[in-house]
Order: sequence, then structure tokens, then C-alpha cells
Amino acid sequence: MSYTENVRPRLRLPSVGAAGEVIEVKTLISHPMESGHRTDGEGNPIPRLIIQTMHATFNGQEVFRAEWSSGIAANPYQAFMLKVDEPGLLEVVWQDEAGNEWRDQATIELG
Amino acid sequence: MTLPIDRRKAMTATVGFAALGTGLLRGSPAAAATPHYADALARFLDGREPAAGGIILEAPEVAENGNMVAVSIRVDSPMTETDHVRRIALLSTRNPVAEVATFHLTPLSGEAFVSSRIRLAESQDVVAIAEFSDGSLVQTRREVRVTVGGCGA
Repeated sequence: MSYTENVRPRLRLPSVGAAGEVIEVKTLISHPMESGHRTDGEGNPIPRLIIQTMHATFNGQEVFRAEWSSGIAANPYQAFMLKVDEPGLLEVVWQDEAGNEWRDQATIELG
Repeated sequence: MTLPIDRRKAMTATVGFAALGTGLLRGSPAAAATPHYADALARFLDGREPAAGGIILEAPEVAENGNMVAVSIRVDSPMTETDHVRRIALLSTRNPVAEVATFHLTPLSGEAFVSSRIRLAESQDVVAIAEFSDGSLVQTRREVRVTVGGCGA
């Protein structure tokens, strides 16, 4: 079974009161973030396989982007802030260096 | 004054025990930064001199598990179109790869705050540098002592 079958992206965010409120968006994705610095039982190097970018947009506009190295822990957690001036759609995309891509989204309403 | 021999022995024993204690930590906190850290730092600074203050890096003083160390960075900024944090670099002075992450922020971020979980191969300094929209920089660092290194860092 490929590791990709176990990868699950998740977003957590609080409800928003009024326009202009700044909220903390917490993200988590289950991914091995294989660093490339480890060896298997026979001493062979395990190739690096990491998520290199995480990208968040709100109503199509860029909010936040993270570039990760092998120094990010397995099952990467990332929190960032979002100023909500209007209701809309938050979308987060993760891409690993094997060309896999995962998405999660959340609808944000006011009040 | 000469110490009574018993007390001297006791002190030596204490010092020895303290040394043993630090020996359990992975790497010396005072160990020098790697050359690739210096390169990564120079790349981000690009000839600019960072100021101190206005940036807070939170990280544990002692991390029992270097495979997962929670860190957060907060920068003082109004986060407006004309005055915001554009990028934050998170660097490690003794990991095999110096760059841990680079974060790109926008006025839509509202506040300059990020939080991640990182790997630390051994005891070392974690360094955060924020770049504002006018190109100016602020920098801070925290020493993290690691009990069991993140082997995969």
C-alpha cells in the first residue's frame, strides 16, 4: 500500500463574529516527511520524500504560503492567521516532491 | 583557605554528576553553527543587517523529543498593504539542512503569527528572521536543548 493512501489533510478554524476579525487557522496533514537522512534496516539510505509547499487562499487571494524542508516534523502541523473581511472559501493545498497534491477547504461565514 | 578534603571530594562528585547530566543531552548547546547555516543566513539577509526586538520566537528550553518540537513566531506589524511582514525564515544552527521553513505572509494574514512543529537533530539555536514589506529585517534566536535527537532531521 502506498503512503499516499494514508495522507489526510485537515483544517480547524474558529467561527467568525464580525467582519475584520483575525482568526487562527490550524492545519494538519498526515504525511511521513521522509527526511532523506535515515537508513533502512540494511543501512541503505531512505530517499527523501517531503511536502515542500503549503499554500492557503481565501476567495482566490493568497493568504499564506509555507516552504518546508526536511526539518519539518512528520505529519506536518502548521498554523497561520487569516483576516476575514467577508464570507468566503478558504482553500489549502499541500504538494509533495513526488508530485502528489492534497486539498482541503472550509466555508467561512460571518456572525 | 583550603577546603576540607571531604568537601572537596563532594564538590568534585557534584561537578562530575552535572557533567554526566549534560552528557545525556544530544550535542553541546555551545557547539558552533554549521557552515551551511552561515550560507542560509547570508542568503536570507542578502547584505542587510537585521534589528533586534519586535519578534518573539517561542520554543521549549528542553525538548525531550527532537523529532517534534513546537515553535511559534510572532512579529509586531500592523499587516497593512503598505506595512506588513512579507517573509519569515526559520533556521537551525546545527541541523543537516539549515533552512527549516520559509513562511510568506500577506496583508490578508491580519497578524504576523505562525506556528509549526519541527525536527532538531541535536541541541542548538533556532533562529527566526522576519522581512518587512520595506525590506527591513528583525531577528531573534532561542536555544533548545534536545534530549533525544530527531534522527531524521
